[in-house]
Amino acid sequence: MSRRLAAVLVLLGFLAGLAIATFSEYRIFLPALLRGAVVTVKVGVLSIALFYAMAFIAGIGRLNKNRIIRYTATVYIEVFRGTSLLVILFWLFFVLPEFGVILSPLAAAVLGMGLNYGAYGAEVVRGAILAVPRGQYEASLALNMTPRKQMLRVVLPQAVLVTIPGLSNLTIELIKATALVSAVTLVDITFASVQQNQIHLRTIDIFVITLLLYYCLAQFVRFGGGMLEARASRHLAKAR
Amino acid sequence: MSDRDPKVRFEKVTKTYGTLQVLDSLDFHADNGEVVTVIGPSGSGKTTVLRVLMTLEDIQSGVIYIDGEPLNKMSRGGRLVPASKAHVRRIRAKIGMVFQNFNLFPHMTALQNCIEAPVHGKGVAKGQATTEALELLDMVGLADKRDHYPSQLSGGQQQRVAIARTLAMRPEILLFDEPTSALDPEMVGEVLNVIRDLARSGRYTILLVTHQMGFAREVSDRVCFFDGGRILEEGAPRDLLGDPRNERTRQFLSKVLEAR
Ligand SMILES: Nc1ncnc2c1ncn2[C@@H]1O[C@H](COP(=O)(O)OP(=O)(O)O)[C@@H](O)[C@H]1O
Ligand SMILES: [Mg+2]
Repeated sequence: MSRRLAAVLVLLGFLAGLAIATFSEYRIFLPALLRGAVVTVKVGVLSIALFYAMAFIAGIGRLNKNRIIRYTATVYIEVFRGTSLLVILFWLFFVLPEFGVILSPLAAAVLGMGLNYGAYGAEVVRGAILAVPRGQYEASLALNMTPRKQMLRVVLPQAVLVTIPGLSNLTIELIKATALVSAVTLVDITFASVQQNQIHLRTIDIFVITLLLYYCLAQFVRFGGGMLEARASRHLAKAR
Repeated sequence: MSDRDPKVRFEKVTKTYGTLQVLDSLDFHADNGEVVTVIGPSGSGKTTVLRVLMTLEDIQSGVIYIDGEPLNKMSRGGRLVPASKAHVRRIRAKIGMVFQNFNLFPHMTALQNCIEAPVHGKGVAKGQATTEALELLDMVGLADKRDHYPSQLSGGQQQRVAIARTLAMRPEILLFDEPTSALDPEMVGEVLNVIRDLARSGRYTILLVTHQMGFAREVSDRVCFFDGGRILEEGAPRDLLGDPRNERTRQFLSKVLEAR
């Protein structure tokens, strides 16, 4: 299926959803689900920003010459990859207050999701940096570039391209994992569905819509990632 | 730094990879403006000589001097101590290297490749760097390819851009490591033409590793035959290539000439 067609279908689906939400008998529960979708998108967007930032900081940090930076990055990656996201969310929201740190539900959700996925993303970034050919480092050293410029201007622009498929997969995973944030009392799509189902008992309708909402969000990310990749790799296709 | 100092001097330089000794207490020099060609069998250490000079590799012992100043060391209180990063950077600015596989930056156009290091490394104004880079691209015959990406250029064109990129940093010493080995035969000439012009200009001290014996004879002031990390024989191209005294040199040359 072409990307453009997919985009049109998603848009049509969204408009149809809006129309149904407004005019049909679904209006008794659809607005609540859409409000949940807004929360999911909000948590998603903020977590994704933190996820990408942490992925690059820790991915680059793990390859740093400085041992302290390298170890810090490694410990972060190991801790967050080795523990369950749900437990991390519980810690941030229910355990930290015991130590006097009180986070809002949104802050806890974004921190938990962003840090957790950042740890996985860091491995993607690290792999991408290692995939940049050695000749690129040697050429930039021969041109007397500093290690910093070498990383920022030569290595990273090439590595970013390699990270796109891996990071967009993780982004889709992240969107789906936002279902866990109801654990910190946020009313996202999933939690809203459960609530509305308890009130209206329209199990099939509600959960079909829930599925569709997640599907649309994931498609949106895939579409964006694909477009970015195509754009960024225009000139590099033959070079690799 | 005095006039008598050679441009490049290796003093008892030893390079090992694990237990493999690649450069064996090597003494070597090149005078200002001299074109020295390095020949020798595969694995004899030719590339390594250029790489240690470019500071792409550390050496285990010995000193490399550029214009009489140590590159891998610096003098402090009359003694030679390991060089600081700033010291290496300052001396390294005099050296430029052209690689066998070009190593152009694939995400930049020909022009961007040429202005990247002057602008972002040296702090040259972008306008001035662009003017200079365009002159260099013109000199290598690629002014019309300024906005092409490496993937849109042939091997010969890529290597010529790589030469322009190196010259843009205004080096005094040029290192060429088999610059035409990765090229299809019909593109070798266009690259050698550029190198010939650079050699004849007399503005650069050039170290060239090549298997193109005809070209070596034409452009070099001196040819060094490498074997086992040492210079076995050196001399004027006519003598060394025409009538080598050393038996190993003889064998090597007859093999190379046979293969053509
Ligand atoms: N990074 C490396 N690690 C281990 N051995 C190496 C490395 N680079 C080169 N060598 C070895 O050093 C020797 C000299 O290599 P090189 O200078 O590339 O030779 P040449 O350019 O004359 O063919 C060879 O035996 C090669 O296998
Ligand atoms: Mg070699």
